[in-house]
Amino acid sequence: MTFSPELEAKFEKLLKSYPPGRQRSAVVPMLLYAQDELGSVTGELVEEVARRTGITPLEVNEVVSYYSMLSRQPRGKYHIQICTNISCLLTGGEELWEHACRKLGIGNKEVTPDGQFSLEEVECIGACSWAPALQVNYEFHHHMTPEKLDRLIDNLRKAV
Amino acid sequence: MANVKLTIDGKTVEAPANTLLIEAARRAGIEIPAFCYYEGLALQAACRMCLVEVEKAPKLMTACTLPVAEGMVVRTNTPQVAQARKSMLEFVLTNHPLDCPVCDKGGECELQDMVFRYGAGESRFLEVKQHVDEREWSPVVFYDRPRCILCFRCVRICAEGMGVAALGVVNRGASSEIAPNRGDHLECDECGMCIDICPVGALTSGTYRYRTRPWEMQHVGTICTHCADGCKTTLGIRNNRIHRGNNRDRSGVNGEFLCIKGRYAGDFAHHEERLLTPLVRSQDGFKPVSWAEAIKTVAGRFAEIRQRGGKFGVIGSNHTTNEENYYLQKLARTGLGTNNIDHHRTGDVLSLLRARVPLATTADLYHSKAVLIVGVDLAQQHSFLAYQIRANWRHHQARVYTVRRGPVREDKIAARIVSVEPGGELAGVETLRDDLAKEPELVILFGDAIQGEAVARLTEFGSSLGIPVKYVCLVDYSNSRGAVEMGVLPAEGGMTLPEMMAAGDLDALWVVGANPLRRHALAGKPFLVVQDLFLTETAQAADVVLPAASAYEKSGTVTNVCGEVQRLQKAFETPGTKTDLEIFGLIAREMGLDLKQLGPWTPSAVFAEIARTVPGYDLPVEVLEAGGAVQAGPSDGLPDAVWAPVQSAGDTLFTSGTLGRYSKMLNAVREAPGELYRA
Ligand code: SF4
Ligand code: SF4
Ligand code: SF4
Ligand code: FES
Ligand code: FES
Repeated sequence: MTFSPELEAKFEKLLKSYPPGRQRSAVVPMLLYAQDELGSVTGELVEEVARRTGITPLEVNEVVSYYSMLSRQPRGKYHIQICTNISCLLTGGEELWEHACRKLGIGNKEVTPDGQFSLEEVECIGACSWAPALQVNYEFHHHMTPEKLDRLIDNLRKAV
Repeated sequence: MANVKLTIDGKTVEAPANTLLIEAARRAGIEIPAFCYYEGLALQAACRMCLVEVEKAPKLMTACTLPVAEGMVVRTNTPQVAQARKSMLEFVLTNHPLDCPVCDKGGECELQDMVFRYGAGESRFLEVKQHVDEREWSPVVFYDRPRCILCFRCVRICAEGMGVAALGVVNRGASSEIAPNRGDHLECDECGMCIDICPVGALTSGTYRYRTRPWEMQHVGTICTHCADGCKTTLGIRNNRIHRGNNRDRSGVNGEFLCIKGRYAGDFAHHEERLLTPLVRSQDGFKPVSWAEAIKTVAGRFAEIRQRGGKFGVIGSNHTTNEENYYLQKLARTGLGTNNIDHHRTGDVLSLLRARVPLATTADLYHSKAVLIVGVDLAQQHSFLAYQIRANWRHHQARVYTVRRGPVREDKIAARIVSVEPGGELAGVETLRDDLAKEPELVILFGDAIQGEAVARLTEFGSSLGIPVKYVCLVDYSNSRGAVEMGVLPAEGGMTLPEMMAAGDLDALWVVGANPLRRHALAGKPFLVVQDLFLTETAQAADVVLPAASAYEKSGTVTNVCGEVQRLQKAFETPGTKTDLEIFGLIAREMGLDLKQLGPWTPSAVFAEIARTVPGYDLPVEVLEAGGAVQAGPSDGLPDAVWAPVQSAGDTLFTSGTLGRYSKMLNAVREAPGELYRA
């Protein structure tokens, strides 16, 4: 399996960052970067990462199934993660979540038919001070309201 | 290592520094409950059943990970500890189905025992239990997620013990579960180690599941009749049927180890094609006859041929007991007056015995500082020996050297690997000279690649290293070694097996528990008598076929690949069959032979004679009777026996000669028949 030259370069650097025989340490970052490029963790990717790090595909799967940031299902181009943990819950996170579901017409871990958006209800993302918070891919959005969310999604749609 | 003194429950206990608290307590007779801790495997600290109070520690400590220290004061019987145990059990039971009344493990379940002892009979959890359906990962291994307590013993025994690493843990928290290496199924050794080590009924076997309950069976400890490693297997018998094989009491040379054959391939004994009545050839094929008539036919012909000075050939077995082998060769020599007796030789034991070098025991493989494996795919052909060496590497950092034609599992733990072309094994060994000479001691195991002159050269090489060296000559099948030592070999002037098959002028050929027609054509038309369990190629050509009992249906002794003698225990009966020893005796009596000279045909009487006459076999019968193993003493090298080339049967983990062909389980697994030296 081959990846973009940028990703290949990242992999090379990663694999060299650990002492010989400890290449398995690179599994999580490799999977995360590759997921960004491929849209999900595919079976082929699991095999490839296993091969490059010298562990079994089963061991890579253990990691993939453990971390919620890694997904075997393809996600939308914009993956929206909405926090409904305590701080956000108290400040309207739940309403935000329901609003997003209605607006996009999808539920937890689902993707819009055009493949642009996916939704995920998550636990605390460490932005409690600016609750309610959400994340679009790696971008944080603070003090969210349903209106701000509408605007955000509409703008992203335009960018599409 | 220096000892330390500590106090456990008010008792002063002494233990070597670095001993785990749980072990120190056990040795002092104080049980600390544990699910995930398992002697010999990596520490996991997952179950928290072993929590104890340690003075000056701010909270309860896991005894399974805590090394003992001088002056440590430990309490395992306080209300706080009892409460912790109860809470952990309550936790474990949140999703546990409590289906003990139908669970295979009911009655011998560690969780059941703990709950009986420490309570948590009532749960405070009102949530609906998570249910996941049972899954069939292979014909051998089934997984029931709700019963799993996530102790990870299975994962560790497979990775560490077997060197297979076919099991993993996926997901997180309450949805964690064990997963097989191929997504929805397993590709592995199918050994069942994971199943038997599971403390609960989460892993069950295709052989045993839902068939019977532990207390309804008789448990008979006997020796596996497949390969030559001589594992003790405890057969669970009910209604004359084997329901399972395991070795949970860790008796025998193998401890708890068994491969798929020892655990699940006893099913050949119950195959529908098992011969249950003697057959005599008539114009229109085989005719079933009574035992009396069959014996009369054989004895009549034998006596007649003997009288006119006709020519006999006798081919013995790799599976029959020492007593049977001994009696057969004696009967052939004194009763039939022939020296044409041999068996399928699978390894050059004869040359090794003649070299008069020290022979290794199976325990030596676990203790020796260094091991050299020459020309054999050990994990495939000698699963138990490979397990011993792997354990030695894990526990004692033994250095392992492999000289082989293609990749083998032992390469993964090898200090050095030497690749050779067929025939290049000795030269390959020579390249290791400097490394090996630096070792404090060595065990050398060799397969059929080393035979004849090469054995002498290998042992000379060993002696020239200047360190203590012990040897194992690898042979196939449960009693190849015994066949050699009991003299199922021609003396000078007698014919070897290939010679008998090619002779063309034999008047009678008597084949016991062997199938020479699979490899050799039979010249001429001798009166052919075959004793076997099945209508093999050889039996099909016979004039008389006598249905024999399997090793699980008889008593006697067998000698494993390391020369360790162990006792078979008759586990059940297959009506219609007779043991080979009884058949020999009946034929001898019917022939009117001198029975005083031949002696009674009971295993104990024959063994007494073996002890008197076979060098190295004067062994303590008490130890054997108690189920122990004793290595035979030095042999005299059978000075009269004729040497002949040897050839391994080439069996893999999933084949086992004739018996393997009739084991449904061995044929059902997708890995069958398996291959050697996988490239
Ligand atoms: S493992 Fe089986 S026997 Fe043990 S408690 Fe669970 S259901 Fe009962
Ligand atoms: S049957 Fe043996 S090889 Fe297969 S998963 Fe279980 S322990 Fe591993
Ligand atoms: S299957 Fe059995 S051995 Fe494996 S983790 Fe679950 S309970 Fe433990
Ligand atoms: S609870 Fe939502 S960001 Fe911490
Ligand atoms: S036995 Fe100590 S944590 Fe499981």
